[in-house]
This record gives sequence, C-alpha cells and structure tokens, in this order.
Amino acid sequence: MKIVVTVKLVPDTNAVKRIDPATKRLVRTGVETVINPFDEYAIEAALALKEKLGGDTTVTIFTMAAESGKEVVRKALAMGADDAVMLSDAGLEGSDVWASAYAMAQALKKIGFDLIICGALAEDGNTGGLPNALSEYLGVPALTNARHIEISDAKVKAQRETDSGYQVVTGALPMLMTVTMAVGEPRYASLKGIMGAKRKTTAVMALSELGLEKAVGTGGAKTEVVEIAARPARGKARVEEAADGPAGAKIIFDFLKERKLL
Amino acid sequence: MIRDTVRAFVTDQILPRIGDWFEQGFLPKELARNLGGLGLLGMHLSGYGCPGASAVAYGLACMELEAGDSGVRSFASVQGSLAMFAIHRWGSEEQKQQWLAPMAAGEKIGCFGLTEADFGSNPAGMRTSARRDGGDWILNGTKMWITNGGIADVAVIWAMTDEGIRGFCVPAQTKGFTANDIERKLSLRASITSELVLHDCRLPADAAFPEVHGLKGPLACLNEARYGIIWGSMGAARTCYETALDYAKTRVQFDRPIAAFQLTQQKLVDMLLELGKGTLLALHIGRMKDGGRAAPDHVSFGKLNNVREALQIAREARTILGANGVTLEYPVIRHMNNLESVLTYEGTSEIHTLILGQAITGKPAFT
Ligand SMILES: Cc1cc2nc3c(=O)[nH]c(=O)nc-3n(C[C@H](O)[C@H](O)[C@H](O)COP(=O)(O)OP(=O)(O)OC[C@H]3O[C@@H](n4cnc5c(N)ncnc54)[C@H](O)[C@@H]3O)c2cc1C
Ligand SMILES: Cc1cc2nc3c(=O)[nH]c(=O)nc-3n(C[C@H](O)[C@H](O)[C@H](O)COP(=O)(O)OP(=O)(O)OC[C@H]3O[C@@H](n4cnc5c(N)ncnc54)[C@H](O)[C@@H]3O)c2cc1C
Repeated sequence: MKIVVTVKLVPDTNAVKRIDPATKRLVRTGVETVINPFDEYAIEAALALKEKLGGDTTVTIFTMAAESGKEVVRKALAMGADDAVMLSDAGLEGSDVWASAYAMAQALKKIGFDLIICGALAEDGNTGGLPNALSEYLGVPALTNARHIEISDAKVKAQRETDSGYQVVTGALPMLMTVTMAVGEPRYASLKGIMGAKRKTTAVMALSELGLEKAVGTGGAKTEVVEIAARPARGKARVEEAADGPAGAKIIFDFLKERKLL
Repeated sequence: MIRDTVRAFVTDQILPRIGDWFEQGFLPKELARNLGGLGLLGMHLSGYGCPGASAVAYGLACMELEAGDSGVRSFASVQGSLAMFAIHRWGSEEQKQQWLAPMAAGEKIGCFGLTEADFGSNPAGMRTSARRDGGDWILNGTKMWITNGGIADVAVIWAMTDEGIRGFCVPAQTKGFTANDIERKLSLRASITSELVLHDCRLPADAAFPEVHGLKGPLACLNEARYGIIWGSMGAARTCYETALDYAKTRVQFDRPIAAFQLTQQKLVDMLLELGKGTLLALHIGRMKDGGRAAPDHVSFGKLNNVREALQIAREARTILGANGVTLEYPVIRHMNNLESVLTYEGTSEIHTLILGQAITGKPAFT
C-alpha cells in the first residue's frame, strides 16, 4: 500500500510573523521554516500504519513548497518516511486554496497513492480547506478528523472526532484522510533515522511536468486578499469573584464547559 | 537535526521532571530505553547496532543532554563512552556480540569501575585484584563512586593481575558482586552512584579483555568520556546563561530591570564570551577528533577549560537570580552543584593541569 502524507512547510510556530503590506502575503524569508505541527501527526499516523501493516507499505512525503525547503523535508524522512516529492515552481506563487489544491492534485495523480493523509490545519494559512478541495479534485472520499485508524483488505475504519465524541466511519481505498492530534504523539527522529535520511531521495517536480489545464498561481486564485488588519486588541479580562474554593471551582468549571474545553 | 532532536527530547521528557528527580535523588530506568530508542547510547561507535555518528554529532548530543542535566549526560557518557567503548575497543568478539546491541538499545545498562576509595587520581595503585584459578578468574576488591553501578547489568571492572591492570566484563548477577548506592550526594543527584563490592567473584577465562594490559586500557575510555564533557559542560553553562539573561530582563529593582544595570551586563557579557569560546573550542576539538588529529592533551585542554568556565558561569548566573538562584524552581543551582562533580570526575582539574603542564614542560609533576 502506498501512503502519501501531505506536509506543509510553515514559518516557525514561535517566530513573530509579518505580512508584507504590498503583496498582502506572509513574509517567509528570514524566519526558520518547520514542518506544520499538525502534519507531524499525519506523518506519525502514516508511520504507525506502516508498522502495523508491514509488507510493502510505503510512506511518501509530499509538499508544495520552494526547493529551499528540502532540508526541512529531510526531518520527515528522518522520522521514518521512505521518500519525498516536492512540487516546486515559481509559477505557484500566489495560489490560493483552490489553485493549490488543483496543482497538488495533478502532482498526486502522477505520484500515485492508495491513501493520502493530511494534517487537519496549516498553522499559517489556517483555512483547513485544502484537504477537502484536494479530495474533490482527486475524486476520492475525504475522511476528516480521524483517529484510531484500522485498515484491512483496502477497507478503512476510523473514529471521526467530533465536538461531543466520535463517530465510527468506514470507507474504501483509495481515499484521503485528515487526522487529529489523538492519533498519537509524533515520534522523534532517531539518530539512525537522521543518518539514514541522507540516503533517501527527495524528487523535485515542476509544473511543466503536470500538463495543467487550469491556471495556478495568482492567475488561478479565486480569492483575493483585499485588506489586512492587525488583530484587535484583547478586550478587558472577565473578573469573577468567588466566595470560597468550591464556588471558585464551579466558576472555572462552567467557564471551561462554556468554551467546550471540558 | 541531531541537535534539534535531542533538544526536543530534553525539552519534552527531561525538563518537566528533572527538578523532582534531582530532589528525590532518582533517575528513572526507562530513560535508558528512551535514549537508546533515539540512538544516543554509543552513538559514535560503529557496528553491533551502533549508528557510527561523528565526534561532532556525539558532542552536540552531549551538549543538549547536559543542557537538561549533567546526571542525564553522565548516564549516556558512562553507558556509551566508558562501558560500551571499553567493550567495543578492548572486548573479544563474543563480548561485543553479547553486550553492545542491547546496550545501544538501552535494554542493558553498563557501568565502569576504575576508582577505589583510596585510589582516585592515582588508579595505578588499585587494590582490586584478579587472580587465575585453573581456567577461571577470581576477582576481589571494592570500587567506589561508580556511576550507574546500582542499575547496571554489566560492570566493566579494572583489576590488578600478575600481568598488570586488566579489564573484565562482570555481569551483575555474578555471585559475590554487590552494589550499594551512595546516598546523601548534593551533586549529580539525578544519577546513580554506587560502591561495587567484589567478593570472590568467579569469572570464566573469557571474561577478561583479551589484549590490553596496563592503564592505557581504562585511559582510552576516559579520553572518550572526557571529550563528551567538553561539550556537555557548555550545555549546562548555556542553560545557566539563558536563565540568567531571561531573569535579568524581567526582574525589576530600583524601578528598572536588573539587566539595565552595568554590573549585570558585565556579568552576562563575560558569561557569553566564555560560553562562546568554550563552544568553539568543543567544536574545534570535535573536528580534530573526526580528522583523527585529537590527542589526549587536547582533550585535557578542553575538559579543564570548559568545566572550569561552566562552573564560573553557573556561579555568576546564580548571583543574577538572587535568592531565586538557590531554589530548584530554576535550573541554575542544580547545574552549579552538578558541575562540582564534573570538575572532579574524569580527571580532576588539578590532574588535567598536570597533564598539560607535562605536555608543555616535558616534566611530569604527579609525584
Ligand atoms: C490570494 C492568496 C495567495 C496566496 N499565495 C501564497 C503563496 O504565494 N505561497 C504560499 O505558500 N501560500 C500562499 N497562499 C496560501 C496557500 O494557498 C494556502 O496556504 C494553501 O492553499 C493551503 O491552505 P492552508 O494553509 O489554509 O492549509 P490548510 O487547509 O489549513 O491545511 C490542511 C492540510 O493540508 C495540507 N497542505 C496544505 N498546504 C500544503 C502544501 N503547500 N503542501 C503540502 N500539503 C499542504 C497539510 O497536510 C495541511 O495540514 C495564498 C493564499 C491566498 C488566499
Ligand atoms: C558523581 C561521581 C561519579 C563518578 N563516577 C565514576 C565512575 O563511573 N567510574 C569511576 O571509576 N570513577 C567515578 N568517579 C570517581 C572520580 O573519577 C574520582 O572521584 C576522581 O578521579 C578523583 O578521585 P578522588 O575522589 O579519590 O580524589 P583524590 O584523588 O583523592 O583527589 C583529592 C584532591 O587532590 C588532588 N590531587 C590528587 N593528586 C594530585 C597531585 N598529584 N597533584 C595535585 N593535586 C592532586 C585532586 O585533584 C583533588 O583536588 C565518580 C565521582 C563522582 C563524584
């Protein structure tokens, strides 16, 4: 079975980010690039499946990113993925979700897959929309927010996390899936993995190899960023007074419940 | 990437718990498997399940581990550079086959017994003896201050024989072998230190390392572990410096952050200079080692300088934290106390001074 994990390279989560007022796009230079943290869970889910299924199961990392991100992709290989493919082309600049998904879908068709695993959300773009667009272009079902994934005889059974619990969902390969953090903590890259990653291949694909029928890049974008504004200053904090410990605990409990944190 | 992995591991798995471990005088045994899983045990050795990383990569790992705690780094040093290195360098093929892979995985723990209560800096005078009895060896004696002793599955024991000092692989379940942990340490508390008693331990002929005779056996191993300390000490120093810098920026006295006072800046800048110089020294010696050009004198140079400076940095950092500097809420006094052991083990600073003194004058001044 061939599993492809889509991995976005994003600016370091802890770095201070800046939007270029002229292009209205995130400034990606001068900040360290890392694997989108949610995608590390997708990698973990894929590697766990590979371990469980054994045989000829392989895990390929796919990213649409500038070629300078090759070093970052190596970390995914060090975690245990077999190989990687990067779709890198200046012509992709300015692609929005639809255009990105279209280009990625053509690349993924070329790479081939039985299962695509995506993270639930990219830390920078933050739409969570890409996986669904991708499944649409690929014509495969999307099983979103999965955890506890079981696969046998090309049938998939997973728990789909919801606000109040989970649903048990089944489906058939080929399919696309997004996973939640409940699939398990991403493993560390071991020293052997790090050293072995040097020998694994990262292929680079250009748009010209894909025979696209639709425009991508700024020309293919269906959305346009019209205006950007700083986040409004945080409002005044809510102050609650409690008569005693138990009353205070109740207030905290209600607050967490109201925010669906419990 | 190796640095990033070890740093992430230390941040997630060590830092949240190390204060408690230090207080309780405890190091969880499963740490061995975790470090083994990452491939950090015997990482610079090749074959027998060891990854064969470069000296610089090994150094970086030591640095990140010790940025967490010197006790954690000591565990890895003793396992990889003393016990595993001894077997890898001096052991028979059977000993390598038996021990190295499980030790690399952290399934088996090793220790290294050279020091005795009466023979520390001068191990040549050791009293622990091994005598032949038919085809067997009989070992008698007591080793002191042995890191990992109480949790070890195998002890590399150096003992005096008719043919001079020889090394032995002693499985912990050997009859007559006992380990008593040393309590009441105020340094390296998150590390097990033990006394090893060998009472008529009978070992087969092949328990002895086949080739090596004399002090060069243990010294070759010490040289490896000392090399790791050159890097590790800078890890501890870095944590102290960073803690002091953060603290100084936020602690307000006389209506200003204390970082705004010239005296504080002087301390921070001095710390930064020595940290930078020591780290560059570690990198330089590491590259020499990878090029096969690092001699034991170079390692003494690095160990003497970097541990001394790390301790100085820790003490300066301690002053910047004021009263908070003496609590376990901050890592500084833990590192400071740990570094006192690091200053003494693997050759005291005085002994490294004498080694360098001899190297430049040609005159040994040990006796
Ligand atoms: C007008 C406009 C212009 C833009 N210009 C650029 C640009 O020039 N450069 C640029 O990088 N972005 C650009 N973007 C953002 C980019 O299109 C989105 O980031 C992208 O479509 C994915 O959306 P998202 O980040 O919200 O991902 P989400 O939908 O939140 O991501 C969910 C998951 O999809 C997968 N995924 C998302 N993106 C990728 C990827 N690139 N490679 C592999 N897997 C991925 C990951 O698994 C991720 O966890 C632009 C957006 C707009 C609206
Ligand atoms: C926490 C900890 C863990 C340890 N782990 C191990 C281990 O795993 N295995 C192991 O074998 N050992 C281990 N040791 C022992 C360590 O290597 C010895 O403590 C060290 O070699 C010093 O020996 P000593 O304590 O007997 O001091 P001594 O040798 O008695 O030295 C006392 C002082 O005299 C000085 N001195 C000695 N000789 C001279 C001289 N000729 N000229 C000038 N000054 C001199 C020393 O520098 C020192 O300042 C450990 C020690 C500690 C504290």
